[in-house]
Amino acid sequence: MTSYRAAPPETLRIVPLDALTLIYHRASGITHVVDAPVPELLEALGVGEFTVDQLLATLKDRYDLLDADPAALAVRLDELVQAGLVERL
Amino acid sequence: MRHATRLAIGPAAFRIGSDWRAPIAALDDLYRDYPKPEVPDFNVHLFAARPWRKFLRPAVHIGGDYTIPDAAPLPLAQGLLAAEMGMNLQMALAQRWFLLLHASAVERGGRAVLMTGISGAGKSTLAALLMARGWRLMGDEFVLIDPATGLAHGFPRLISLKNQAIAVVRAALPDARFGPLLPGTPKGDIRHLVPDARAIAAMAAPAEPALLLFPRFGFDAAERPVPPSEAFVRLTQASTNYVHLAERGFDALTRLVRTVPARAIDYPDTESGIALVEALA
Repeated sequence: MTSYRAAPPETLRIVPLDALTLIYHRASGITHVVDAPVPELLEALGVGEFTVDQLLATLKDRYDLLDADPAALAVRLDELVQAGLVERL
Repeated sequence: MRHATRLAIGPAAFRIGSDWRAPIAALDDLYRDYPKPEVPDFNVHLFAARPWRKFLRPAVHIGGDYTIPDAAPLPLAQGLLAAEMGMNLQMALAQRWFLLLHASAVERGGRAVLMTGISGAGKSTLAALLMARGWRLMGDEFVLIDPATGLAHGFPRLISLKNQAIAVVRAALPDARFGPLLPGTPKGDIRHLVPDARAIAAMAAPAEPALLLFPRFGFDAAERPVPPSEAFVRLTQASTNYVHLAERGFDALTRLVRTVPARAIDYPDTESGIALVEALA
């Protein structure tokens, strides 16, 4: 089962501004301007490794997630892996 | 090169070399009260692509430390504009110390108002008219943010007035020094205004950014707050070196948008624009 965790904290700079959050990825020098649920995902993935189903359960508990679609979450996680913000294990 | 001069604008020192005397003479006249640095940071070259083009339909190519390949040359009558564009080009491409924002800025009481927007938004006109009303002009084209301190440094080059703004500013500053009228440039008629003595004397003095404005000319008067994330995105677009500065740029810009309020203002004419700026500042 594929699991995910957030990139090590020292590789990112995360600055919440208002509705949007800035994430500076040190390795690429790219600044990402992200909306919910990306900061929430990174926060959840910051404490350990999760499969998509485990992550979904955590997000449901913590953030009252309405759209609990594992396929959509997997796509979102793959985007974050591409950007270097999340690691696939 | 045969003809050359040196001048400092704010924290940037330039050496400008030219195949022709006229652009250097114009710079020496209009920048006569500016410091002449010993060691230039940036080099600008105004050159003829072929030797005979020095004389035959002279066409001024802009180069220097950085060059844009295939950029269209300007006629020699617009040599002053070429020199200004050359200095802007070096700043836009070679500046690494400061975060460079394409914005005008004025200062009063140590507080700087930064105004950014697309060409035609009125950055230069508002800055010139605020200078006429007693503000210290910090620059009409670039503001430099020091990542180490967060302070804004000025770049008070000649103010580039275009088309209708020329007459408006001449009426407001009848005793100011102006360069020659340059008709038919790629941006229409251009005439340069020499910043006042105070702007030149204080060019090295930084100021605390106090207000970010995003003006738009030609709309009914309106204003709205700009959230930090929108200000951030707009200012990355207004910066030529945000990416080059990497994390220093990120730090400087996040600090700016988190600490300085931002407003978008629409104004139908310069009078209401000035009133809006002064009411907000």
